[in-house]
Amino acid sequence: MGVAPLVRLQGLVNRHGDQAALDGVSLDVAAGALVALVGPSGSGKTTLLKTINRLVEPDDGKILLDGEDVQAIPPAALRRRIGYVFQGIGLFPHMDVAENIAIGLRLTGVPPAERRARAEELLELVALPPGFACRMPGALSGGQAQRIGVARALAPRPALMLMDEPFGALDPVTRDELGRAYRALHDRLGLTTIMVTHDMSEALLLADRVVVLIAGRIRADAPPAALLRGEVEPDLRALLDVPRRQAERLAALERGT
Amino acid sequence: MNEAVTALPELLRAHIVLSGTAIAIAILIGLPLALWAAGHRRARIPLLALVGLVQTIPALALLALFYPLLLLTGAALHLALPALGFLPALIALALYALLPIVRNGVAAREGLDPGVLEAADGVGMTRRQRLWLVELPLGAPVLLAGIRTAAVWTIGAATLATTVGQPSLGNLIFSGLQTENWVRVLVGCAAAAALALVTDGLLALIETGLARRAPWRVRTGLGLLAAGLALALVQPGRGAAPTVVIGAKNFSEQYILAAAMADRLHAAGYRTELREDLGSAVAYRAVAAGDVDVYVDYSGTLWANVLGRNDNPPAAQLRAELSDALAKRDGVRVLGPLGFENAYALAMRRSRAQALGISSIADLARAAPRLRLASDIEFLSRPEWRSVRGAYGLSFAAQNSYSPTFMYRAIADGSADVLSAFSSDGRIAALDLVTLSDPKHALPSYEAVLLVSPRRARDERFLPALRPLLGAIPIERMRQANLMVDRDTDKRSPQEAARWLLGK
Repeated sequence: MGVAPLVRLQGLVNRHGDQAALDGVSLDVAAGALVALVGPSGSGKTTLLKTINRLVEPDDGKILLDGEDVQAIPPAALRRRIGYVFQGIGLFPHMDVAENIAIGLRLTGVPPAERRARAEELLELVALPPGFACRMPGALSGGQAQRIGVARALAPRPALMLMDEPFGALDPVTRDELGRAYRALHDRLGLTTIMVTHDMSEALLLADRVVVLIAGRIRADAPPAALLRGEVEPDLRALLDVPRRQAERLAALERGT
Repeated sequence: MNEAVTALPELLRAHIVLSGTAIAIAILIGLPLALWAAGHRRARIPLLALVGLVQTIPALALLALFYPLLLLTGAALHLALPALGFLPALIALALYALLPIVRNGVAAREGLDPGVLEAADGVGMTRRQRLWLVELPLGAPVLLAGIRTAAVWTIGAATLATTVGQPSLGNLIFSGLQTENWVRVLVGCAAAAALALVTDGLLALIETGLARRAPWRVRTGLGLLAAGLALALVQPGRGAAPTVVIGAKNFSEQYILAAAMADRLHAAGYRTELREDLGSAVAYRAVAAGDVDVYVDYSGTLWANVLGRNDNPPAAQLRAELSDALAKRDGVRVLGPLGFENAYALAMRRSRAQALGISSIADLARAAPRLRLASDIEFLSRPEWRSVRGAYGLSFAAQNSYSPTFMYRAIADGSADVLSAFSSDGRIAALDLVTLSDPKHALPSYEAVLLVSPRRARDERFLPALRPLLGAIPIERMRQANLMVDRDTDKRSPQEAARWLLGK
């Protein structure tokens, strides 16, 4: 690759007691890519994601963001440059939707009028009516709340988005709808996204590149089509077989055989 | 009524300053402590146990404990710490208020949604931003509930500050209970309750304001609280007049004499502050330490309790030795006797004593086998009784112990002939009793004497203001003054009795 990657992970190690959550992970993510991190529960994918914005500190290894060692950036400043969306959403219940969206701007001292304008812009971007600006988080549905969560992460115009099971708690229809809507936003805004999911079909259908993490090691790293076609070891095969068989059975049902 | 209401504003002011400062300090210490404990699981349990332990000490005892504690600390650090008054009361009350604030602070922090905290970190809040933008606003209702509890407790417990010489609404309550002046008690209680209710109401306004995002509520509540405290902190014009602190123990005679001293000192251009309801041991140490400038004590009490002596010299010799010893040891000056004693005495109805021809205890000893003695509950086990019984060979037909009120009833209705009395008790005059003389000096002398702190011991502007009281109060007048305050009907305040005593 001629261009330097936006994110470079080098030999990351993280231990919980004597168990390694990350066992020497190295990964480059090019600007503009949507990378899905897939793996069974406890494979270390959330830990990996959180080391990038320093919510978790690695025991060994190095992370470069745009060529800069993240250890050299104070955590708060680092996180303001990175959008973070997670399953728990975590909207601030005492702030209205507009205040929630613009919180990142408030932290850096952007004046209120400008914050308001940006919040309205983002509401439109995540396809919610402007009237939502004054609602309190308690009055939102799960899907609406996560749209606000995405809008909040996007407000300070980060180059990199980290998403941890962002749509995991939503019903299947909303989940599908939000997944596709986010993919469109990603392309339109030219974002770079690393998304953790345990759902292989979500990963295959949304991502440019699927990285499979098992027991703290990268076991596969390929574009979805290549991953589906390629020769893989049996434990990986099991992960890929679930969506494939589901698709085959659904197709068979439709054909009536 | 009037007199209780006149005293109210100054006492209310002192009460607000004391409890307000105590709560503010408890918040300033308690909130950071709670935040710290919330992040340190291992420290939390011992910390909560410790502040809980403070809470189990009765407030009255906690206040009293700080007197010796501050004296020792002051001595150890070579600092002039005031051991009486505002400081000990403040420390005790602030400690007392700590528990609900720390406990609710920890609970508030624990009750926060972990997802919200993760989001706070995730959007790039610094620790300080997370505290001010997320943790405090979301924890506010629980925190404020703790502060409300602390405020109501503190305002109530601050009435006890009176006992360590800090003026508060408790002055009305304690002196009212002592002189059975129920109006004073009620005024004190009602004022303390009203203050607690108003404070709680304003804090509730802030709490709902935060919960409902209504800034005007928060501002109104905070504004009124701040205004109240600021108003209380403004001292009424002190002028340049020097202030004298007058001490008093917890009974009517002491209130009256304190008021009489205040009267004399005002006339000499001094401002006075009163520290009343002091415990007997506290009062002497307070004058020795200079926390109190002047008070009245009794020679026999000082002889036995302060000097630890159990011999029984004649009154004049006792006073002379006492003066020397106190001056040498503590620099306290015994200015002189007021002219009366408040000692244990044996008394009889005047008519009965005349009929039997009894005027001294020696006379009594001859008739005693046919007479009945009524004593208070303590007397028969006190050294005074052993001494007088031994000296005169007293042996009564019957000896019964009563509470003081019933003891006087017994002699009034004829079911007893002789009683053990305090010689300056107003009821001696009211019931037309005579106290029997003690030719063998078996009963120790309890002359009322004026004690002056080392600081004022040679103050030739101050001492002349008080000297006219020396030898000027005969026992009959003291009894009459005590009666004016103690009787059930047509009660007078100690101030009124003092003016009567001074012949005004």
